[in-house]
Formats: sequence, structure tokens, C-alpha cells
Amino acid sequence: MSASSDTVIVLSGVVAQSAPLLFAATGEYAAERTGTLNISIEAMMLSGSYCAVVFGSLANNAVVGLLAGVAAGFVVSFIHANFSHRLSANTFVVGLTLDAIALAVTDFFATLSSPPFIKITSFQVPILSHIPIVGTAIFNEPWPLYLLIVIIPGVWWVVGHTRIGLEGRAAGEDPVAADANGISVNKRRRQGLYLAGGLSGLGGAYLSLCIVGTFNYDMTAGIGFVVIAAVIFGGWTLSGALVGALLFGAASAMGLVLPTIGYQVNPQLLLALPYVAALVAMIFLAKSQNAPRALAQPFSRESLV
Amino acid sequence: MVEKMSFSHRLNTQLTTLTNRFKQRALPALGEFFDSDVEATQRSRVRVSKMAMYYLISIGTALLLTGALVAAVGHSPWGIVSDLYRGSVSTPGAFGRTLDNTYPILFVALGTMIAVRAGMFNIGQSGQLVIGATAAGFVALKVSGPGPLVLVLALLASIVGGALWAGISALLYAWRRINVVISTLLLVYVATQILSYVVSNRSLLQEPAPPGGAAGGLPQSSLVPMDVRLPHPGAYPSFGFSSALVIGLVVVGVAFVALKQTSWGVKLRMLGANSVAARRFGVRVVAMGIAALMISGALAGFAGGAMLTGDVYRVQAGFANTYGNDGLLAALVCNDRVGALIPVALAFGIIRTGGDFFLSTGVPAYLAQVLQGLLVLAAVFPPVYLDRRLWLQRLKAARVGAFRSTVPA
Repeated sequence: MSASSDTVIVLSGVVAQSAPLLFAATGEYAAERTGTLNISIEAMMLSGSYCAVVFGSLANNAVVGLLAGVAAGFVVSFIHANFSHRLSANTFVVGLTLDAIALAVTDFFATLSSPPFIKITSFQVPILSHIPIVGTAIFNEPWPLYLLIVIIPGVWWVVGHTRIGLEGRAAGEDPVAADANGISVNKRRRQGLYLAGGLSGLGGAYLSLCIVGTFNYDMTAGIGFVVIAAVIFGGWTLSGALVGALLFGAASAMGLVLPTIGYQVNPQLLLALPYVAALVAMIFLAKSQNAPRALAQPFSRESLV
Repeated sequence: MVEKMSFSHRLNTQLTTLTNRFKQRALPALGEFFDSDVEATQRSRVRVSKMAMYYLISIGTALLLTGALVAAVGHSPWGIVSDLYRGSVSTPGAFGRTLDNTYPILFVALGTMIAVRAGMFNIGQSGQLVIGATAAGFVALKVSGPGPLVLVLALLASIVGGALWAGISALLYAWRRINVVISTLLLVYVATQILSYVVSNRSLLQEPAPPGGAAGGLPQSSLVPMDVRLPHPGAYPSFGFSSALVIGLVVVGVAFVALKQTSWGVKLRMLGANSVAARRFGVRVVAMGIAALMISGALAGFAGGAMLTGDVYRVQAGFANTYGNDGLLAALVCNDRVGALIPVALAFGIIRTGGDFFLSTGVPAYLAQVLQGLLVLAAVFPPVYLDRRLWLQRLKAARVGAFRSTVPA
């Protein structure tokens, strides 16, 4: 096996494993900047991946599958947002419960009838895919990956440079001051969560439709929490969160790639690697002073009276 | 006719007296149960009766949704109800199994409650449980000595193991202010892989190869020796329960007193309610938070050790079996009321044990967890909904008042 083909295997493995994380991290970034530590992201990704496979194969159309994934993530975020940011239920309680429900419901249906197979094949980007090594690894992926080219700048622009985004960030930094300035804090927080729901659902859909090709029991296996770690690692900047997602994606890609290119590594260590990497990265690199100051703190006007 | 009238009149009077008495005595007590927050002023009778109604409605909705889910996949919701009953409480033996499923939830939930009270959201219980069980497994299988002594050592090891595993998160919090929610969660997945590693290595805990000379073998440890097991009076077909349940009840009792009656309990609550004020009052905030987190881990670890020596008897992949998450959810349902722990843990035990019977109707057993999750949401809903309603009412009243004051008389 030549060195260049090894590089291709490693690179494309990293791209494939990071892609769902990149989608979800973009959404989670928006949610955290508006003040929600979005624990239900696991539920969003899992339900997204299940619905994408089922509805995608029902309609026999990948676009329908992706949209179903987005819708499933949105439904989870809708419940979470209205429990936590309309009513004032504890965000961790609601998020964890939603995680448990999503796991149970998807397992319930997946046991009842085994999930269908549907896979989006790779798309060769004209010209670019002929670049040696990089071209084969990055420009020869399932087409939904390239949605990121629109989504990432879009979220960057909305959160950082529009009125609604700045209001949302104010809601995440200082809800009392934001409220005094006439910003509807909880509305902005709900909207941030909806964005996270849709994008995490899309990430889940990417995982099932583009990487695995079907739905497996608990197929997200905690990568939603790795996404949260990525946002923390990135110091609550979008670029940092994306770097974190790439890093942890690379860590989980090693588990698949190293055996293929002929290294024998302990399988348990490889499976634990992304989680360990996330922890270690948070220890040494996270700048926790950058955290939105009201992160995970509920806001209700009642408490002001 | 006249007599009848007077009878009904008397009946009416008596009923009114009874209702009044109920309202005066029972409802405040109920209010105490449903509504533990300190704002006694809000604990009005209207609030309590409304709250009871909301609880009925939201729990009814959760049950209806589950029923609809069952009906949608072509099974009878009533069959599920009868499965739940038959599997969990219909016979003494079934009830014994329910009790065996209850005590791990009880330990984990108590630990969760203590941590949450201190403002530390520990949600990595299944990891701490797994590490506790692994530590207990090492002692139970590798240490030789008199049975009861090894048993005690194994249980101690499970406590230490769970506490240290939670201690990692506590350390990260104290050192680098790493969010406890995230670190405890991530450590669950690490713990799972450690367990998997330990039970697939012969030099560690994996059982010896079967005599046929087969190379592989299952990823599990040998059975814990007979004399290193917790006493389990009675066995399945007839009534029986693990003595861990007794320990659990005692520990809940002790915790109840400690949280309510000791200065430690007051400091803990103060810390969770307002850490800045707590610091002003001389609470050592970080040390106290670490202690709460480690106690929580210790209790989850002990649940693992008790499960190992109480009714599972071997360490294997999938040992946690969602007990960690169930205990966590149970604690969240209790909403900081230690007294509610026992009934809620029992209810979770019933759902879990009865859920194993769903398969006989052809419904996947995961339905039990769906039901459980929906019930948790149903328990979360009423207090926050009532708060919102009362707030909107006050807002409206204030607006009307403001409007009137602007209109000239």
C-alpha cells in the first residue's frame, strides 16, 4: 500500500466522520450563543438519523430523507424550547428526558420493523476531484456535505452580523439587560434552539444516509455530547467549534482507519478516543472565560418582579 | 317529601363540612408533597387543587400517547396494561423482581438528588455505576479471604470506584472549570470502553477459556463466588428480595435526616440555590461541590457493586443496562423531594419489570422506556405550566389596573 493511498484513506475517513459533527456543531454554536447548553442534541441527531432513513426510503428520495431529518430535529428542539424557554423547566431535565425518549422511540420502531437501506452515493465535484490526494478525499463525497458551504457562512452571518443574531447573543450574555432593551429573550433563545434542532437533525441524517446507509441501535452513541465539547473547546466561536468538530471527527476516524491501513490498536481505546480527546482538549485548550455569561441559566421575567 | 329534603340538606351540609375539612387539612399536606419550594405564600389552596388537576391531565396525556403508539403499531393498549400488571406486581415472585429492579434506581437517584441540590448536574451515573461494578468485580474475584470480608471490601471498592470516577469530573471542574454536565457525560463512554476492555482480557477479569479449548469466549467475568454475594432471602418463583434494598432504604433514611436536619444539608441547599450568597455565609463552595459530586458518584458506584453481588453476579458488557439513566430520570421526577424517592423508584421498577413482559404481546420492550420518558415530561410540566399561567394572570391584572388608572374617573 502506498503512502499516498493511505493519506487518501485517512483524509476521507476524517471528512466522513467529521461531517455530521460539523453540521451539528454549527447549530449547537448558535444555541449556546443564545444561552442554551443544548443537551437534547443527542435526541435531535438520533431522531434525525432514523427519520431520514425511513422517510427517505419511503419516498425513495434522498432529499425527502434529509428534510425528514431536519424536521425530526426541529420537533425535538420545539419541545425542548417550549418547555425551557416558554415555560421555565430546567433545560437539563428536559434535554435528558428527550434524549431518553428519542433513544427509546427509535429503538422501539427499529425493533418493530428493521430499518431500510438507503445510501447517497459519492458525488464527484467536476475539476476539483482531479486534484491528487485532496481531490479524491474531499471532493468525492456525498453531495449533502457541500451544503456546509452555504450553511456555515450563513450561520456565521446570521449569528454575528444581523439584528436577530445580535439580539440572540445578547440573550445569551446578559438576559436581564437584553430584556430591558426590549429584546424578547426567550423568543431569541427558542429560535437559537430551533436552528440547532434543524442542523443537528441534518447532521444525524447525514450520518445515516451518507455514511452508514441505514439506522442502527443508538447509532449516534454520544457524538452529540462530543459536539457540545467541540463548541466548548472552540471557545464559543464558530471557527473554533468547527476545528473542534474536525479534531474529534479525526479521533473517531482513527478507529476505522488505523486497522484498514494495517495498524493493530486496542479496539476499546479507539472507540473511547473521541471522548477522551474531547475531555483532554477541553482541559488544555478551552478558554472558559469566553463562555456566554448566561449559558444554561434560565430567564423568566417573573424572577425580575 | 319534607324528610327527604331535610335528609339531602343534611347530607349536603355534611359534605360541605367534610370538603372544608379536607381543604383545610389534607390539601396543605398535599401541597407540601407536590410543591416543596420554600415560597410558602404561593402554596395557596387554589394552586394545589389546580396543580393536582394539571398532574392528572399531563399524566393522562402521557398514558394516552403511549397507548396511541401501541395502537398505531397494531396492538392492544389494554394488553400492555395487563402485561405491566402481570409482569411486575401480580404475584409475590414478580413483586420480588420489581424490588430487585428498584434498589439500583433508588441509590442512583439519591446520589443525583444530592449532587443537583449542590448545583452540580451529575448526569454520568451509568459510567460511575459501571466503574463501581468493575472495581467490586476485581475485589470479589481476585481477593481471597473469608467471604463476608471480601463482600464488604468489594462493596467498599465499588463506592471508592464510583466516587473517584465522579471525582475526575469534580477535579476538572475545580481545576479548569470544565462543565460538569459535559465531563460526566463524556466519561460514561470512556467507562463503557474500560468495562469492555477489562472483560475481554484474560489477564484482567474475563472468565477462563471454556475447557473445549475455544480461543474466544464471551466478554464477561466469571460468576462471583457464592460466599461473596449479598444475602438474597427468597428466590424468583416465590417472593424474595436482595438485602441491598434494605441498605438502600436505610441510606435514604439517613440522607433524609442529613439533608433536612444537619447544617451540612442546609449548606448544600444554600450552595445550589445561590453560590454567591453561600460563599458569603462561609460555605466552602468548591469543596462542597466536589464532595456532593463524589457522594453522588459513590452512590451510583455502590448501586453497581450491589447489583454485581446482589443479583447479576458477573461483570459483562452492557452491565449498566440503563439503570444509570433510569435513576437519573427518577431523581428528576422527584424534583428535590427526598420523600418522593421511594415511591418514584418503585414506579420505575414496576415499569422496567413489567416492560420485560411486553414482548409476550409482541410489542418491543423499549416501549417501557418510552412510557417512562413521557411520564417524566408529564411530571415536569404541571409546576412550570401553573407558574406561567399565574404570571400571565398577574400580568393581565396589572395591565387592566394600569389602564384603569389612566382613565379619568
